[in-house]
Amino acid sequence: MTDTTWDPSKPILEIDNLSISFFTRLREIPAVMDFSCKVMAGESMGLVGESGCGKSTVALAVMRDLGKNGRIVAGSIKFKGRDLTHMTDDELRHIRGSEIAMIYQEPMASLNPAMKIGAQLAEVPMIHRNMPRAEAWALARQIVADVRLPDPDRILNSYPHQLSGGQQQRIVIAMALMSKPALLILDEPTTALDVTVEAGIVDLVKDLGEKYGTSMLFISHNLGLILDVCDRLCVMYSGEAVETGNVVQVFDKMRHPYTQALFRSIPLPGADKNARPLVSIPGNFPLPHERPPGCNFGPRCDYFQAGRCDATEIAMSPVPGDDRHASRCLKWTEIDWDAPMKAKVSKAKTPIGRVVLKMDDLQKYYSISGGAFGGGTKKVVKANESLSFEAREGETLAIVGESGCGKSTFAKVLMGLETATSGSIMLFDENVQSTPIQKRNTDTVSSVQMVFQNPFDTLNPSMSVGRQIIRALEIFKQGTSDQDRADRMLKLLDLVKLPRAFAERMPRQLSGGQKQRVGIARAFAGGAKVVVADEPVSALDVSVQAAVTDLLMDIQRENKTTLLFISHDLSIVRYLSDRVLVMYLGHVVETGTTDQVFQPPYHPYTEALLSAVPIADTKVVRKRIVLEGDIPSAVNPPPGCPFQTRCRWKSQVAPAGLCDREMPPMRTLAGGHQIKCHLPEAVLTQMEPVIKVAAE
Amino acid sequence: MDTELSWGPIFARMALQFLPVWVALIATFAVSIHFRRRLGLYGKLFDSPVGMLGFGLVMFWVFTALFANLIITHDPLGQLSGLKNAVPGSALQDTKGDTLYPYYLLGGDSLARDVFSRMVMGARRVLAIAPAATAFAFMIGITLGLPAGYLGGKLDTVLSFIANLVLAFPVILLFYLLVTPEIKDAGYLFTVNLFGAEGSWRASIPNVMAATLFLFPIIFLTILFNSRYFTNPPMRNLYVGITLLIGFWAYSGLAFNADPTGIFSMDPNLLNVFVSVVFVNAPTVFRIVRGIVMDLKARDYVAAGQTRGEGPWYIMLWEILPNARGPLIVDFCLRIGYTTILLGTLGFFGLGVSPESPDWGSTINSGRKLLTLFPHPAVAPALALMSLVLGLNLLADGLREESLKD
Amino acid sequence: MVIFVARRLGVMVLTALVLTFIVFFLTNLPPNLEKLARTEGSVRMTDEAVASWIEGNGHGGSVFTRYSEWLGIAPGWVITDEKGVTRGRCIDNGVTAEDAPRFCGILQGDWGFSTFSKEPVIAFLGEKLAATGWLMLFVMLVMVPVSLLMGVLSGMREGSRTDRVLSSAAIATTATPEYVSGVILVAVFASATTGLSPMLKEWGWIETNTLFMGTATSAERGFTFWNFGLPVLTIALYGIGYIARMTRASMTEVMTQQYIRTARLKGVAFKDVVMRHALRNALIAPFTVIMLQFPWLLNGVVIVETLFNYKGFGWTLVQAAGNNDIELLLGCSVVAVFVVLVTQLISDIGYVFLNPRIRLS
Repeated sequence: MTDTTWDPSKPILEIDNLSISFFTRLREIPAVMDFSCKVMAGESMGLVGESGCGKSTVALAVMRDLGKNGRIVAGSIKFKGRDLTHMTDDELRHIRGSEIAMIYQEPMASLNPAMKIGAQLAEVPMIHRNMPRAEAWALARQIVADVRLPDPDRILNSYPHQLSGGQQQRIVIAMALMSKPALLILDEPTTALDVTVEAGIVDLVKDLGEKYGTSMLFISHNLGLILDVCDRLCVMYSGEAVETGNVVQVFDKMRHPYTQALFRSIPLPGADKNARPLVSIPGNFPLPHERPPGCNFGPRCDYFQAGRCDATEIAMSPVPGDDRHASRCLKWTEIDWDAPMKAKVSKAKTPIGRVVLKMDDLQKYYSISGGAFGGGTKKVVKANESLSFEAREGETLAIVGESGCGKSTFAKVLMGLETATSGSIMLFDENVQSTPIQKRNTDTVSSVQMVFQNPFDTLNPSMSVGRQIIRALEIFKQGTSDQDRADRMLKLLDLVKLPRAFAERMPRQLSGGQKQRVGIARAFAGGAKVVVADEPVSALDVSVQAAVTDLLMDIQRENKTTLLFISHDLSIVRYLSDRVLVMYLGHVVETGTTDQVFQPPYHPYTEALLSAVPIADTKVVRKRIVLEGDIPSAVNPPPGCPFQTRCRWKSQVAPAGLCDREMPPMRTLAGGHQIKCHLPEAVLTQMEPVIKVAAE
Repeated sequence: MDTELSWGPIFARMALQFLPVWVALIATFAVSIHFRRRLGLYGKLFDSPVGMLGFGLVMFWVFTALFANLIITHDPLGQLSGLKNAVPGSALQDTKGDTLYPYYLLGGDSLARDVFSRMVMGARRVLAIAPAATAFAFMIGITLGLPAGYLGGKLDTVLSFIANLVLAFPVILLFYLLVTPEIKDAGYLFTVNLFGAEGSWRASIPNVMAATLFLFPIIFLTILFNSRYFTNPPMRNLYVGITLLIGFWAYSGLAFNADPTGIFSMDPNLLNVFVSVVFVNAPTVFRIVRGIVMDLKARDYVAAGQTRGEGPWYIMLWEILPNARGPLIVDFCLRIGYTTILLGTLGFFGLGVSPESPDWGSTINSGRKLLTLFPHPAVAPALALMSLVLGLNLLADGLREESLKD
Repeated sequence: MVIFVARRLGVMVLTALVLTFIVFFLTNLPPNLEKLARTEGSVRMTDEAVASWIEGNGHGGSVFTRYSEWLGIAPGWVITDEKGVTRGRCIDNGVTAEDAPRFCGILQGDWGFSTFSKEPVIAFLGEKLAATGWLMLFVMLVMVPVSLLMGVLSGMREGSRTDRVLSSAAIATTATPEYVSGVILVAVFASATTGLSPMLKEWGWIETNTLFMGTATSAERGFTFWNFGLPVLTIALYGIGYIARMTRASMTEVMTQQYIRTARLKGVAFKDVVMRHALRNALIAPFTVIMLQFPWLLNGVVIVETLFNYKGFGWTLVQAAGNNDIELLLGCSVVAVFVVLVTQLISDIGYVFLNPRIRLS
């Protein structure tokens, strides 16, 4: 093809001073400004930043697919020396899919629901290489095998909805590899997947990148993933690249205040939570049309110097001595990068009090009717199976697990939105397991409240913030008059550190973190004693996560609240919880104090989960354990131990086949640490820690 | 004296007759455009040319209906000799001391009545019924669609079956069966003697349907206020009390024709038409509301309401319904248009309206007999009806477009 | 799948029973029967005579019994009057009471006798249905391809000039019910005094007085473009706008889906993106709409057949209702309800088959 003219020692992709704007009826909104980067052959480049920083826009600009309103206003994008910005549609079509391929965030949405997988894959070589149909299908079959999918023939003849999320993403990857592209763009390819599935995809991408010698542009908000996958990275903030360089150099020797702040706001499992508390970045991400003059990060920067940082546009300046390392900061040479963080005011941990919540052998089964046609046999979904635990006053209990593990059902049963099938829930000595919420008294209802996951969904979009909090006060019979309730509402806003003026605002005028704060205020309106936080920060940007987490913990400390923190993110769990409960397919597989769970012996699932979480720390050495396959469906769980289909320790259980037949008992180890596993004592004690911090 | 005007002067004279409408339109637009940034979705309508055009057309007919008395040139029922099937612009032959407008601007119909005045008066009739009937259909559809979608189960199965039943009925057959003169005479006659005042009510099908359907707005508003203010009994009693008082007053008048003051009353023919149109529209609204509720009930703010122990009606009416307003407003506009078409259909088949009635459907019907020879008596109301429905459709389109942008 | 179809059929039968019962009830209200008695007997009958006529002709008794007789699940009435003459629902002229069947309802194929046309309902209705069948066929042939093409063309590039023009046209036609478009079309194309015809005549382009014919009565003997064009166009116009809008909405939604972007960024040419990737997904919704259009086309048929004086099913319905011909009206209702339910069933099944997501899960 056109490769003959291109010298492989030159960059595959060279973006120079790229600026992109979106044009609306009211104004021009600059999305990316003065962005430059180079990707060499075989290199993988990471683009990292929070939502709205313009990283996906850069990717789409490379594909020249900015939509009707988006336009490249300046700069050039050279692919193999040819400028993509001036190509005709016809020329672009020859490059798209054949030389540059893209992988997207939502695998399900990326595949055509009405076309067989095989047809979608085979289409690529049929378009670009005029390959005959049969040959194209044969190639598709080979690539499907390459992305480690079992039974390629069956897969080629299925429709996308018949595959699981992980399999779909593998198909999307296979589709991108069909024509062996020179450049692969991956836009948050694993965000929609569970962590253990994500680990498999990440491994696959790395291996295939090496196998085919493909260069990659890897877009992610997750610094840990970037460290796993990329050679170089580019940190973006509000439409600009603020720091770029070799991954290890940037991670260890960051030279931009934003990069530093970003690292300080994420919990790292290697670090101690008292010695290295989370520091959130103050303020909010600027809106694209309200960017400050000079440095975009200026208003939120600790090192900001008025008159200098906000005077002129700032250019990238290279960091000498490093490998193409550069920072968009005027003061980077003046800042003492090794200075220890300001010691945070240490807050005394509240003593853990009496048991407020006790669940005993709780079971929740659903019956669903099978088939799309309404008829058919009824199936039983065992969402929760023999769930037992206690939670004490002032304690943070983390419930960890991936999708389908039953943690949301558990929350619903506790809240009284569903009633348990069997077992008991004692809430302050009151048995509530079969009392639906309508029959609970106001005190019980107001003392158990919930913080929801999705900030864009948690508030009623057509009711003002203040009104929503007042409504909670009314329902919880707080306050004596309307005036009194309005005062209390303002106090609650103070509590969650929101300006009082927000009472009048509508939810759409708030950012994700602010909405989540309102959700917290609403939950605490009735003086809640038990708060269930269902992944309260997972949908927020990392810099905001820390602040919301801290807020929750502060309120907990003051009110002696019992916090049930549901999460799949082990880093944050380790940071804030006292005790941890690991769930898999409706079963509690491991429970103990945070230290017990994060140290060996592990339950095999906990081990895999720990290993799967990417860690943004170059000093951490992590054992790679990639689980085979996907999480089984709760409708059709495997016999015996729920985890046996993916367990790497299964062979060490004697007698062989025990795991396939029998549900393991809950065993209590030293210090009240409980594990539901058949593994013999000897094997458990020999387990090695998954995460080791390399000596400095 | 000229016997006939040409089209230029006809349009000029019509434009002059519509003067009050123009003034009102200009005022509305000027005020709205000036304050459009503060008027929410309504204000945003003025950013969309399609929406503005639609709104303009609709308001034109609304103002025409309001100022109809000022606009008409002749008595819409009056017949003048010599102007039978007169062509547009025909001059009056006998001016009767100059008190009458000297022309039939759009000609005369087969009974020598002024087509222009009848068309203008027709707007009043259509715009009096269509929006009200649509509003009733919405209240019924919402009151039933909310619990069907939110609670599901048997209730949903039964209500959906009934809705599908009505929808499976060919509209025209339903009208032929419901809107007949005989139907009013069937059914048991109740007589009451209250303080010497004799009253009677026949349990005929339209009357029974009216008694049922008109109950829904009262139920709707009562639940609406009760679920919101039950935490504050004095306020709740006030709102619910007012609703029940006015509601049952209007109800007694509309459904039983027993309003002592006589403010609320409805001609039996009109009642029949009104009830049938509401009956035909309500199931579609039901289905739309049910669909939206099924979608919205999975939202976290609904779960938040549930976890703080809100009752189902509060969640349906105050958490879900306000967030469904976008598609419902759009459908409301479309549905007024559809109702207008239905009313026209009824008129076209001569159902439920007196032959004198100037409503557009009947006028088209009476005009169609001599259509190939004298098209103007039918074409004028046809164009009027078309422009009103077009306006409503464009308005709905503009609203939909603008509500998606945010 | 079998269970699904069985369940659907069950609901369908139930719906059909309820609907026909409602029609039966409404057509057999006492005032209607009194009117029937006066037209069949004499206008000057006394109230007592009317009552006895009703009683003596099987219209007495509970409405449920009469409905069951009409349906054919209860034995037909048999009355022997004081003169010793035995008459009955199932006893036709010239047949003795002993030879007559016991059941004679819709299910047995006995649809009754039309008082308006003086012939058995089934024969009369069959002939009229055939006439309407032709009308519907041509309407479908015009409406479906045109509307789908319009919808796809305007939906594939949202906001383009083609889209604007076609969308405006679609909105305009949905704002024009048949009785309006029919009137306007006649005024423009089939009036001897206004519209195009006088002009064309003057220029000598046409020999007749009008371009199209303003009535379709002659089409009953054989249709031509000139006598059938306007009725077909009138019905099709409203439907075209509606289906085109549905198709457009479905198409624009599909065109914004991720998988369309995937296809585009795979290097698929725009034409193939539309034809191979978008079209199938985009046509699922309009298919349902087209099927559900049938009951609603019935409206158009009634209006157009009345307006153009074409003696088909719609015209029959109007005549039956206008002349208090109870049996004929019931026959019309059965046909209408049947058409509606069958199309609903087809649309349900078709939806499932077009959509692999539902079919295979």
